[in-house]
Amino acid sequence: MSKVQIPPVLRAAAGGNKQVEASGATLAEVLANLSAQYPDLSGRLQPAANGMPQYLNIYLNDEDVRTMQWLATPVAEGDTVIILPAMAGGLA
Amino acid sequence: MAQSFPQYLQRIKEQVREVQPDDVRREQQGARAPLLLDVREPDEFSQGAIPGARHIPRGYLELRIEQEVPDRERPVVVYCAGGVRSALAVDSLQQLGYSNVTSLAGGFNGWKNAGLPFEIPRTLTDAQRNRYSRHLLVPEVGEAGQVKLLDSKVLLIGAGGLGSPAALYLAAAGVGMIGLVDDDVVDESNLQRQIAHSLDRVGQPKTTSARAAIENLNKDVKVVEHNERLVAENILGIINQYDLIVDGADNFPTRYLLNDASILARKPIVHGSIFRFEGQLTVFKPFDGPCYRCLFPEPPPPEMAPSCAEAGVLGVLPGIIGSLQASEAIKLLLGIGDPMIGRLLLFDALETSFRELKLRRNPNCPACGEHATLTGVVDYDWTCAVPQRDAVLA
Repeated sequence: MSKVQIPPVLRAAAGGNKQVEASGATLAEVLANLSAQYPDLSGRLQPAANGMPQYLNIYLNDEDVRTMQWLATPVAEGDTVIILPAMAGGLA
Repeated sequence: MAQSFPQYLQRIKEQVREVQPDDVRREQQGARAPLLLDVREPDEFSQGAIPGARHIPRGYLELRIEQEVPDRERPVVVYCAGGVRSALAVDSLQQLGYSNVTSLAGGFNGWKNAGLPFEIPRTLTDAQRNRYSRHLLVPEVGEAGQVKLLDSKVLLIGAGGLGSPAALYLAAAGVGMIGLVDDDVVDESNLQRQIAHSLDRVGQPKTTSARAAIENLNKDVKVVEHNERLVAENILGIINQYDLIVDGADNFPTRYLLNDASILARKPIVHGSIFRFEGQLTVFKPFDGPCYRCLFPEPPPPEMAPSCAEAGVLGVLPGIIGSLQASEAIKLLLGIGDPMIGRLLLFDALETSFRELKLRRNPNCPACGEHATLTGVVDYDWTCAVPQRDAVLA
């Protein structure tokens, strides 16, 4: 199992959780498992043309997976996956 | 045995190596340029000094030298007005273990008489020396750094949650010119977090209200109000007046427009964002690190973006992130420390945890990549689910 950190804007779709566990030996498998656990998230995790979910960046243990093997990046037991959406930012 | 001053000086001069002004000038332009150290009194220094010289009055020399020059092997040329005090200073430095210290023959007068360049250093007034005394005590800032801050120009995008603490701390620090971009007016519901504003200024433009707060804090700061929205038509004209941008905008059109304009204008952005209990901080320095588009090449469509109506924020959170933005801005202006270029800080107030992600430049970035096509700026058509007035700036 790896730990997946859910950004504030996607928490409602992940049962209100800040961090969830997901299984899978690669990032693609982890995301598929996450979609299976939380169907509301699956829409946001759909791959775009480059294979990655659109408008989201994904980090494995603080490193951008695009600098590794994208969706094929191996995920080990206890790794932390961080989902980072494009954030508008501040607040009026 | 007691000796007269001429005897004492004679003995010291025998142990001190003197260098000629022309030789120092030549070395200054070489690979291993010596550090020039001016040991005269402040009033002498302020009337003219060798460009690039560090100033430690003779009376403080032994106390401060290790902070200013930690490397005892570093070549240092000490000068005073005529070459006497500098000889005494070199003797002291040699006793402290400085092995490569010389005295400028003839001092500053000899330098000037040789026709070599000098300048009138920008110095602080007595009132400024008092106001910024805690900065002057920090070796990384000092008088030269404080003068640099007073000569700096910072643009704040948003005079709200993030902009308030950033503006107040930058003003208190003596940043000489602060520009404020905001087209909103102060509402009572802003006061939960936007600490530059106050009850008696509800209804005023935020730029006007923040300006009053800044001017009440520090008269050294010139405040420029840009009471308008940033759009493609005005953005380059505005940001080109400043050295650095502190971004507290909360909407995608402004973020992307600002990113593109900052790359064209080569201006660093200190980026902050907040949501409920969580905040983010990074520095986008064009071509030195990634830009916003390296991370997110295109803005998401409105239906994919977080709904503004879902928002809400702990009032103190922008105080934390906005203060970090001010700290990053000061580091960039002074050229000190390790700014957040290529690093993204995630702060969680509920856990009181800080986490850092590595951000990389994208070689295919449409804005700053190897084949970037960016030649101008355009407005993005994107609206938030809630009325625009409430969603514009932090």
